[in-house]
Amino acid sequence: MNEQLAIRARGLTKRFKDLVAVDHVDLSVPKANVYGFLGPNGSGKTTTIRMLCGLMTPTEGEIEVLGLQLPKEAEALRRRIGYMTQKFSLFEDLSVRENLEFLAAVQDIPRAKARTRIDELIERYHFQDRQKQLAGTMSGGQKQRLALAGAVIHSPELLFLDEPTSAVDPESRRDFWEKLFELADAGTTILVSTHYMDEAERCHRLAILDRGVLVADGSPAELTGAIAGRTLAVHSNTPRRARRALMEVPGVISAAQVGNTLRVLTSENGGIIDRLSKVLTDAGLHGEIALAEPNLEDVFVSATRGKQPEQEAA
Amino acid sequence: MSFRRLGAIMLKELRQMRRDRITLAMIVGIPVMQLVLFGYAINFTLRDLDTAVADQAGTAGSRALVMDLQNTGVLRPVRDASSPQELMTMLRRGEISVGVVVPPDFERRRVDGREAVQILVDGSDTAVQGAAAQLAQAPLDSAQYKKAPPPQISVVGFYNPERRSAINIVPGLIGIILTMTMVMFTAVSLVRERERGNMELLIATPVSSSELMIGKVLPFAAIGLIQTTLVLLLGAWLFEVPVRGALFDVYIAAVLLILANLTLGLMISTKAQSQFQAMQMTFFVFLPSILLSGFMFPFAGMPKIIQWVAEVLPLTHFLRLIRGIMLRGASIAELWPEVLALVAFTTVMMTAAILRFRKRLD
Repeated sequence: MNEQLAIRARGLTKRFKDLVAVDHVDLSVPKANVYGFLGPNGSGKTTTIRMLCGLMTPTEGEIEVLGLQLPKEAEALRRRIGYMTQKFSLFEDLSVRENLEFLAAVQDIPRAKARTRIDELIERYHFQDRQKQLAGTMSGGQKQRLALAGAVIHSPELLFLDEPTSAVDPESRRDFWEKLFELADAGTTILVSTHYMDEAERCHRLAILDRGVLVADGSPAELTGAIAGRTLAVHSNTPRRARRALMEVPGVISAAQVGNTLRVLTSENGGIIDRLSKVLTDAGLHGEIALAEPNLEDVFVSATRGKQPEQEAA
Repeated sequence: MSFRRLGAIMLKELRQMRRDRITLAMIVGIPVMQLVLFGYAINFTLRDLDTAVADQAGTAGSRALVMDLQNTGVLRPVRDASSPQELMTMLRRGEISVGVVVPPDFERRRVDGREAVQILVDGSDTAVQGAAAQLAQAPLDSAQYKKAPPPQISVVGFYNPERRSAINIVPGLIGIILTMTMVMFTAVSLVRERERGNMELLIATPVSSSELMIGKVLPFAAIGLIQTTLVLLLGAWLFEVPVRGALFDVYIAAVLLILANLTLGLMISTKAQSQFQAMQMTFFVFLPSILLSGFMFPFAGMPKIIQWVAEVLPLTHFLRLIRGIMLRGASIAELWPEVLALVAFTTVMMTAAILRFRKRLD
């Protein structure tokens, strides 16, 4: 295995009876990176993460994580990874310190070392005044911080985070991501799933999942670069009518209204601008069309809907 | 097995329990409530009590009398004995419920109109004692009594001469309470962890299945012993229930039942999907335990098939143990088949639970 890779998966597949939750996914996650999993709910993010940390057996495919073969060597892997579940999974009826004490013990951290490590985490994650507070009585943001502290208590080489910020306010989300980059700087590889575009934008690399299929992967710049020229801005004083007309044109994947502007995503670059102008003029509508800077949302839409444009009508 | 991890799980359980008011209330509330509620007598007529006969007379008349007693249907001879002392030993070990003594001077006593037959009854079961008492009035109408008057029969109840039902019920109540609380506590506590998502966190750590299971079970075992003590103290104080055997043996018996029930609870937890389901399954075990173990209805009165079912229930074996120790003063070694049954049950359940518990989500 490549020394630089923390995770390598080939043909990863998980079936639950008739449902294919994850369908032949290939992944390469470089070490000391923040690697994002972007996808709507039900796209197979959680199932993939569970397979990668050895909690689920893949139906098909090969997984190598930190040089260990899964699921065979899952037990050995558990000491080297941290896993933060989507739902808060620490004990709500234990205090902040008690939760950390418990995790330190089950992670086999010797007693004396555990004390200093817990003190360190309590300070770094700002729980000095809340050591005795029951975890269940804390806010969403505080719970996430505690869960992260718990997941890294044994200083894992690889950290899995399953939608860590889905129930957290924007301020706490920013703080949370600061912590993630601190960890990545210290050499921890982080795999984080999200459905927030702004979070995906911050990842070193990311993979887009849709209905269990890996539809795109690369750095955010690579991904947006690949669709350069395909995003257009249409300024019109009748944006809703313009949208209806434009959606009829073959090659238009989506047209989203932002104020009085339409953000149009097409499947071809360049030449389509003239055709769209003509459509608008023929319909008796006024519109100015210009190229727009593509963003991750465009990448996401083109990757997930590009294959089935007929769904756009719905 | 790491003691650091095992200890961490136990400490966590105790800390969580301390904050769970309802569970705390149940630990004390259930024994107190049940003890008070069950302070009433339940009597039933019985058939086929296991009996041994010591016929020291060996005359035609004595044999006819033993036949007549059998024909009442209440007694079913399973053993032979040569002396009243031997009958007493069998009685204490729980091998028989009734002993019939026909003394060597049976014929003369009969002619004299004195008591000619003695029936020894295991009074640690009031229902048995009641049934045997009727034998004294049994219609002995063989043809031979036309020549001589029917023999006088005296019934002697051992271990609970006043036939107080509390004496009979309190030891069994220890078993009922332990069955109810222990199975439910463990089953619910593991399922709750799965429902709240804690299990996904736990199985992603190096904790092993056996550490998790044993760490969960031991704190509850301690609670079971506290409940046992509570019932013993209240029983002695409210109903003057004696402990005739060794107190140590009582606790050994309690530990055996506690472990059997805890492992059963673990087994249920690997099956149940929700706390509610865990409760339902607990009652699925609890009801037959109450009804078939011999606590509420005498074991001897049940059809054979039901008796086999009852043999599978830990409570059945515990009841035989605890009545033997507390009321008949038997030592636990004398009751070894019941010990064996409970140990076997625990071993099978624990193994099955650990095997069934997967550190996986699929």
